[in-house]
Amino acid sequence: MKTAEEILAAIKSALPDAGLELVLNSSPCAQHSLRVAAKDMVAVASFLRADPVLALDFCSNATGVDWPGKEISEKVKVTKVVEGEQTVVEETIKRVEPGYLEAVYHLFSMKNGPTDPGGPVVLRMRTANRTDQVELPSLTPVWRSAEFQEREIFDLFGIVFTGHPDLRRILMWDGFEDHPMRRDYVDPDDFEYEPTPHDEVLKRAEAHKTGAVA
Amino acid sequence: MSATELKIFRPPVMDVTEEGDELLEVAMGPHHPSTHGVFRMDVALDGERVVKLKPVFGYLHRNHEKIAEKASYLASMPYTDRLDYFCSLTNNWAYALAVEKLAGLEVPERAEYIRVITAELTRIQNHASAIGFLMQEMGASGTPLMYAFREREKILDLFEELTGSRMMCNYMRFGGCRVELPKGWLEKVKTIVEGLPEFLDEVEALLTGNEILMARTQGVGVLKPDLAINAGVTGPMLRAAGVNYDIRKIDHYGIYDRFKFRVPLGDHGDIYDRYMIRVLEARESIEILKQALQDVPAGPIMDPKSKIRGFRPKVGEAYGRIEAPKGELGFYLISDGSANPYRYRVRPPSLINLTILEDLCLGQNVADVVLIFGSVDIVLGEVDR
Amino acid sequence: MLGEGILKGLGETAKNFAGSFVSKERLTTVQYPEERIAPIENTRDFPFLVYDGTDPMAGLRCVACQICEKECPPKCIYIVKSTDKKPDFVGKMQIYPARFDIDISVCMSCQICVEVCPFEAIKMDTEFELSTTDRFGGLLFDREHLSKSNEHYHKIHPTDAAEVDHRLAEEKAKVKAKAKAAAEVAAAKAAAAAAAPAAPAPKTAPDKEPGA
Repeated sequence: MKTAEEILAAIKSALPDAGLELVLNSSPCAQHSLRVAAKDMVAVASFLRADPVLALDFCSNATGVDWPGKEISEKVKVTKVVEGEQTVVEETIKRVEPGYLEAVYHLFSMKNGPTDPGGPVVLRMRTANRTDQVELPSLTPVWRSAEFQEREIFDLFGIVFTGHPDLRRILMWDGFEDHPMRRDYVDPDDFEYEPTPHDEVLKRAEAHKTGAVA
Repeated sequence: MSATELKIFRPPVMDVTEEGDELLEVAMGPHHPSTHGVFRMDVALDGERVVKLKPVFGYLHRNHEKIAEKASYLASMPYTDRLDYFCSLTNNWAYALAVEKLAGLEVPERAEYIRVITAELTRIQNHASAIGFLMQEMGASGTPLMYAFREREKILDLFEELTGSRMMCNYMRFGGCRVELPKGWLEKVKTIVEGLPEFLDEVEALLTGNEILMARTQGVGVLKPDLAINAGVTGPMLRAAGVNYDIRKIDHYGIYDRFKFRVPLGDHGDIYDRYMIRVLEARESIEILKQALQDVPAGPIMDPKSKIRGFRPKVGEAYGRIEAPKGELGFYLISDGSANPYRYRVRPPSLINLTILEDLCLGQNVADVVLIFGSVDIVLGEVDR
Repeated sequence: MLGEGILKGLGETAKNFAGSFVSKERLTTVQYPEERIAPIENTRDFPFLVYDGTDPMAGLRCVACQICEKECPPKCIYIVKSTDKKPDFVGKMQIYPARFDIDISVCMSCQICVEVCPFEAIKMDTEFELSTTDRFGGLLFDREHLSKSNEHYHKIHPTDAAEVDHRLAEEKAKVKAKAKAAAEVAAAKAAAAAAAPAAPAPKTAPDKEPGA
């Protein structure tokens, strides 16, 4: 299988104005990934599947990742007027880096499989934020194996896939409200008797002791 | 390269005839002996013919991926046993492989041999049980299943001697295996492996030429290769459709390169082919076992660099996959440098193989739906995680 | 001939049926609970705490380091450390668990607590007929219930117990040898100090911690 840089070059030559970015992976397995802008994803995916050399016809894994927003405090040198003189003062500026949800796809080639093993081709795409702009294009028309997996990403993370033939909850029951795999998911308070409560369970148990114990 | 030339495999929709205005909607499951676990199929029937079929699952959803985010890497290992609970040792191996890719650990040779031996024993008992369950759904009320379980008991006793537990083995560790082989274990394995061809001959004498079996399974639930590839189907189902893709031969993980074994392929992609592929794969596993048992080297069973406690792989991500008996079992791990994984994803073969269940079942009779579903060979622990 | 496959299959079942009267291998059913299969040595069910000697509480090997509590995947172990100390097998004063609860309705018998324990204090039992009608606390095993003697450990896992005893005896011997060497050094120093006339106050021998 070609390296991620080669694949990036191949996509760029076919689709020159696709938003692409190489994301390096620092672990020893060196499975680098390509971040694709959401608007170009279907075109890139179709190209990768149709290309006779790459022939990435097997989408093995489609999953979501939640990257919550981070508060970053940076020390910045600012020129200010202090006591009538211009001095360089260090200030701490706090800014919030917005969080986003990400969909990751692992692609292999079954056609080239026996002759060309190698690491997977990893594609990623991000949503704009985690609250209201969570739409991403669905890759189910390109690879049917994404059908149930994108339903699962919708169910557990909340990414809405436009173009999916049947987007509804798959693992949680219909009518369930939250998205369980998000980092800020709070378990519902359905505390029952717990013989060895400790850590968080102990805190919940204490809270229930004041009321009625189930 | 035009993307419009690509064939789109849409989920199927069946036209309903005029008389079929009143469709009978049946919920097959979740409380049903032949659903391999808690699984429901919402079937719309026009007489006996299936017009619409939607699989519904999630009854066994324990959010294993979230548990793994709160637990350390080692603590997730016993939970992987409970994914595909028939084949816990291959689940362990897939997870250990993914972590070894993430952290760059190397596995010593003796541990690789032990892994291959346990994985192939797991494959044999899984395929035998899968055939048994398929026959059960056909109405053979347990005879082939009990024959399969008789052999399975011998293999499970081997696992109990080695790991301490019959099904929830928790045996692989990152960089090797947990515990050294007990005395005399390899001889016991050799004895059992010598008896396995006879067992498979018995199963084949009972089933392969059976006219009832052939009439019910040949030509039923045909899966075409291009749909199989596009839908991400892997494992015996894919090979029965005729596609040569066995991850043991493709990824060359472990030491599978040292063993000579063939990959059986099917011609038609129907249920009968899937049954035959499982029997043939079990025979190939016996070949691998015979070769592996001959030269298990002495040596350590763990990578000296690996740590049991306080294991913190560096920042990065990895996707590791193996040929589990049900298909491609993959683990995708993202590490942020701490003791717990940031993202832990299981790529379940049973769930992905279910994508085309509706395609296979439309237009068939209700009785065939149960058979087709049985031939996919799923385990709900893996589908729902 | 039509039906040949079915007849062949029926021949197989007939062979099994007739064979079950004749050979032990064909008759694989064990009439539990009247008959039982001999347990396999390595089997693991639920943990128990090992104590040496005859007094369960005084001989308890556990020093309440809480490593098993941290590593337990479903967090079924609950330990409360004691405020006083008692001597361990090499004679060093160690704290002990004032409370050691294992909730076996949560425990998944994964054996990680055994793997990480540095003191060979917790091992896996082989008892599995533990069902009870008491839903609240019937499956919560406390320290007294969990403490079983080293002889019990030898009975259920003879190979492992022999290895553990060997390892602990080696450690004890090492600790004794170190203490002896330290005592000899101290004695030699004291003798040298006494021999030198205007020597400063003799140094006390460095405190060697017996390794655990």
